[in-house]
Amino acid sequence: MSRLQIQGLTKAYGPNRVVDSIELTLQEGEFVSLLGPSGCGKTTTLRMIAGFVDPNEGSISLDGQVISAPGAVLPPEKRGMSMIFQSYAIWPNMTVAENVGFGLKLRKLPGEEIRKRVAEILEVVQMGHLAARYPAELSGGQQQRVALARAIVVKPAVLLLDEPLSNLDANLREEMRFEIRRLHDEFRITTVYVTHDQSEAMATSDRIAVMNAGRIEQVDAPHMLYTRPRTRFVAGFIGRTNLLPAQLRNGEIGFGGIAMQAGQVPGSDTAAAGDILVSVRPQSIGLHRAPPGGGAPVLEGVVAQRTFLGETWDYVVRADGSDLRLRATAPPLQIHDVGERVWMEFDPQQMAMVV
Amino acid sequence: MTARRSGWLARFEPVTLLWIALIAILLFLVAFPLGKLLVVSFETRGTGEFTLMNYVSAYGRSRYVDALVNSLLLGLLSATMSVVMAVPMAWAVSRTDMPFKGLTWAVVLGAFILPPYLSAIGWILLAGPNSGFLNIAWRAITGLEDPLFNVYSFAGLALVIALNAFPLVFIFVKSALDLVSSEMEDAANILGAGTWTAMRKVSLPLVWPAIMAGFIIVFLEAIALFGTPAIIGIPARINVVTTQLWQFFEYPVRVEVAAAYAMPLLLITAGMIVVQKLMLSRKGYVSQTGKGGERRPIKLGPWRWVAFAWCAAVGLMAVIAPLFVLLQASFAKAWGRGLAWDNLTLANYRLLIFEHDMAMTSIWNTIWFSASAASIAVVLALLVAYIVNRRLVPFGEALGFMAMAPFVIPGIVMAIGFYAAYASPPFALYGTAVIIILAFAARFLPIAYANSSSAIRAVHPEMEEAARILGSGRLHAIWMITAPLVRKSLLGGWLIVFIVASRELSAAIFLVGPRTRTMSVLLYDLSEAGNFEVLAAFGGLLLVVTMVFVGIGMKLVGRDFMLRRN
Ligand SMILES: Nc1ncnc2c1ncn2[C@@H]1O[C@H](COP(=O)(O)OP(=O)(O)O)[C@@H](O)[C@H]1O
Ligand SMILES: [Mg+2]
Repeated sequence: MSRLQIQGLTKAYGPNRVVDSIELTLQEGEFVSLLGPSGCGKTTTLRMIAGFVDPNEGSISLDGQVISAPGAVLPPEKRGMSMIFQSYAIWPNMTVAENVGFGLKLRKLPGEEIRKRVAEILEVVQMGHLAARYPAELSGGQQQRVALARAIVVKPAVLLLDEPLSNLDANLREEMRFEIRRLHDEFRITTVYVTHDQSEAMATSDRIAVMNAGRIEQVDAPHMLYTRPRTRFVAGFIGRTNLLPAQLRNGEIGFGGIAMQAGQVPGSDTAAAGDILVSVRPQSIGLHRAPPGGGAPVLEGVVAQRTFLGETWDYVVRADGSDLRLRATAPPLQIHDVGERVWMEFDPQQMAMVV
Repeated sequence: MTARRSGWLARFEPVTLLWIALIAILLFLVAFPLGKLLVVSFETRGTGEFTLMNYVSAYGRSRYVDALVNSLLLGLLSATMSVVMAVPMAWAVSRTDMPFKGLTWAVVLGAFILPPYLSAIGWILLAGPNSGFLNIAWRAITGLEDPLFNVYSFAGLALVIALNAFPLVFIFVKSALDLVSSEMEDAANILGAGTWTAMRKVSLPLVWPAIMAGFIIVFLEAIALFGTPAIIGIPARINVVTTQLWQFFEYPVRVEVAAAYAMPLLLITAGMIVVQKLMLSRKGYVSQTGKGGERRPIKLGPWRWVAFAWCAAVGLMAVIAPLFVLLQASFAKAWGRGLAWDNLTLANYRLLIFEHDMAMTSIWNTIWFSASAASIAVVLALLVAYIVNRRLVPFGEALGFMAMAPFVIPGIVMAIGFYAAYASPPFALYGTAVIIILAFAARFLPIAYANSSSAIRAVHPEMEEAARILGSGRLHAIWMITAPLVRKSLLGGWLIVFIVASRELSAAIFLVGPRTRTMSVLLYDLSEAGNFEVLAAFGGLLLVVTMVFVGIGMKLVGRDFMLRRN
C-alpha cells in the first residue's frame, strides 16, 4: 500500500506523443481507473508504471522515491508491484497453485508459509477446490480469478490491471467487476485499473482519470465526472449529453433565445466572455405538453424523432427559431408523438460549462 | 528501491552484446562463405589478382554449358512429373471420399523420408537395362530384346527424382485445398457445373499458386541435387551442374572455377524463391482463406477406386518397390537371383558392422555431426527469433534476414563457399568435423529459424512479463516460463534438422576428409564400387538410423511433425 506519484510523464514513439505530460497522484490504498477510448495511451501509461516501458520525460515515484525517469528505470522485478494482463498470462505449464505461489517462491518464503498463503488466497477468490488443476482446464472467469489471486497474494505495493475483463462475456464481466472491488475493499491495495468501459470504471473506482489522445482530461470521482464534466470530451465520453454552443455575456449564459445566470451553472468561469459550450444531460431536460410554471428557462420545440429503449423514451426535439436539436429522455409512460409540440425545461444546476 | 542513474555504459544492455555476438556468428556462418565464394570466383589462384578467367574456364567448353542446360531441363521435367503425380493425390486426399487416405499419407511420408540416393539405387535394381527386375520380367513376358524402361536415361533420372520429390508438391497443394470451402464448389454446381467442371474451373485455379510454388521447389531441389545425378547420371553420361561441380573438385581442385560455375545455380535459386514468394502473396487468391465454410468430401462413386489406384501406383513406384528391392538385395548373396532361401545371407550386414573399417565410424560421425549441427542451429535460431520477435533491439530484422538467407543458397553452393572460406589456412578446417558441422548448421538454420520463430510467437510476451512483475529477472523469466513452453516445438525443430542433416549428401561430399565421412558419403563411395548387396545393406542401416529418430519425433512431438508446412 503505497503512494504513487506521476509527474509530467511522457512517452513518444517517433514524433508521436502517445502519453503526453501526465500528472496523477494516487493516495495509499486508492483505486484509480485510467479510462479512455482505445489507442489513447492507457496501456503505455500502465506499462511505464510497471517498468516495462521507459519514459521520455517526467517521472514516477513510489513513496517519494523515483522509480522511473528518462534513462533511470527500476526494472519491473524490483518494484514490488503486481499486474493483471489482458491475456491473463496464466502459465499453462504450472498448476493453479504453482501459478499463485510463483511470486511467493521468488520472495524466498518457507514452503509451509507459501502453501498456507496460496490456500488462503484461493479461498478468497473461490478457487480453492481447483488448486491442482492446469489452466487449460479452466474457464475464462476462473483464469481471471487465478490471475487476481496470483497478483494479490504477494501483497504488492501497487496493483496494475490492464483491461482485465475485456475477454469475458457480459454476465461474467459484471460479476468480476464487483469481485475486483470487493478484493480491493478487503486488501486496500493501491490500484491502477485500465479500461475503456465507463461502467466498469464507475463500478470499481474511487476516482477516474479520463484520458484522450495521450493526455488526462479530468480526474474525479465517478459521479463528479458525470455531473461536473470539465471538457467537451469528458462530457461526451461519460454518459450521453447535448453539447450546446452558447454565449457568455455580462454574467449570463444564453443559447437558443433563453438565458440564465452563469453563476447557477457549475464550472462556469464568469470572468470569461464570448462563445462557450454547455453540456446538458438528456435526463435533466423536462418535457411538457404545456408551458410549465416556475422560473426555470424553457425552450419550445417539436418532437423530430423518438426511440423507445425500454427503460426510457429517447426523444429528439427541434427547438423553434434555431437549428438546435436536443436529446431528452422521458419515462416509458410519458409518450409524445413525432411532430407534437413540447416545452423543454432546463435546470442550470445540472448543466456544465465545458471547454 | 531507487533507480540507478546510469551513464552510457549501463544503457549498453547485455542483449545488445548478445545481438553483436549473433551478428558476428551469422556473418561467419552465412555471409563470409558466400562472400568468399564470390571473391574467389574473380581471383587468380595463388596470387589473388582480379581476373575473369575463371568464368571463361567455367563456360568456355560446350560440355560445361551443356551441363547447365541439362540441369534446367532436368529440373523442369522432374517438377512437371512431380506435379502430375502429386496434384491428383492431394486433391483426392483433401477433397474426396477416396478410401485408405491413411495409406496415401504413409506413402507421402515414406517418400519424404527416403533419401534420394537410396531411391536411385533402388531404381537401378528395378530398371537397370540388363539385370533390372522390371526389364527381366518384361523380356520374359514379351520375349522382346529391348528393355521396358532404362533408368540410365534422362527420363529415368527425372522420374527417379520426381518420385522422391513429389511430397513437396503434395504438401503445398493439399494445405491449399484444405482451405477451399465446399461452398465455393457448390456455388459452381448451382450454376450448372458438374463435379469435374467445378474442380477444373474453381478448385484447381484457386490452388494454382500452391501448385506453382510446389513446382518451383521441386525444380530447385532437382537442379541442386547431387546424389541421384551422380549415381544414375554419371554412368548414363548425363552431365549436370552438380556433377560437373564435383568434377572441378577432382584433383587438382579448382575451387575458383567451381565458384564461378556455381553462380547461375545461386542466382536461379534466389530469383525463383523471390518469384515464388510473390506468387503466394498475390491478392487475387486471398479468397481461398475465406473463413469457416463447411467442407464435405466429394462423392466419387466408383471413381474413388481410380483415385486410390493412382495413389497406390505412385506409392508403389516411389516407396514400396524401391524399398523392397533394396531390402532384398541387402539380405542377398547375389541380388539378381531374387528371393530364394539359398540366396539369403546376413553377410552384407556382418561385413559392414564388424569388418568394414569406415561403416561404423561413418554412422557415428553422422549422428554426432547431425546432432551438433542441429543443436547449434536451434540455439542460434532461438536466440535470433527471441530477439526479433520481442523487438529487443532496433534492426533486429537484420538478424532474422541473415538466419533465413541460407534458404536461397543451394546446399552444394554453400559447401563450396565453406570450402573456399575455411578449408585452407588460416582456418585450415578441411577434413575436420568442425567444417561439416558448421556447414550443416548454416545450411539448415532457416528450418530451425522458422520453427523457433513460430514457437516464440506462440508464447504471449505477457507470460514473461507476468513473471517479471512478480520479481523475476529477464533471464530467470525466460528460463522459468518461456523455455518450458517452447520446449516441445523446439524438440521437433531439432529432430527435423537432425534428420535432414543425417541424410545430407550434396554439401557433405565437398567437405569430408578421409576420417570424417558421413553415412551418405560412404554410401556414395560404395555405389561407385558397384557392390550392390553391401550398398543396399548400408542403405538399410541408414534407414534404420533415420527411422529411429523419426520414431522418436512422432512419439514426442506428434505424428505429422515432419510434414507440417512452415
Ligand atoms: N511500441 C510501440 N511503438 C509504436 N507505437 C506504439 C507502441 N506501443 C503503442 N504505440 C501506440 O501508442 C498509442 C497508444 O497505445 P496504447 O497505450 O496501447 O493505447 P490503449 O491501451 O489506450 O488502447 C497507440 O496509437 C499505439 O499504436
Ligand atoms: Mg490497451
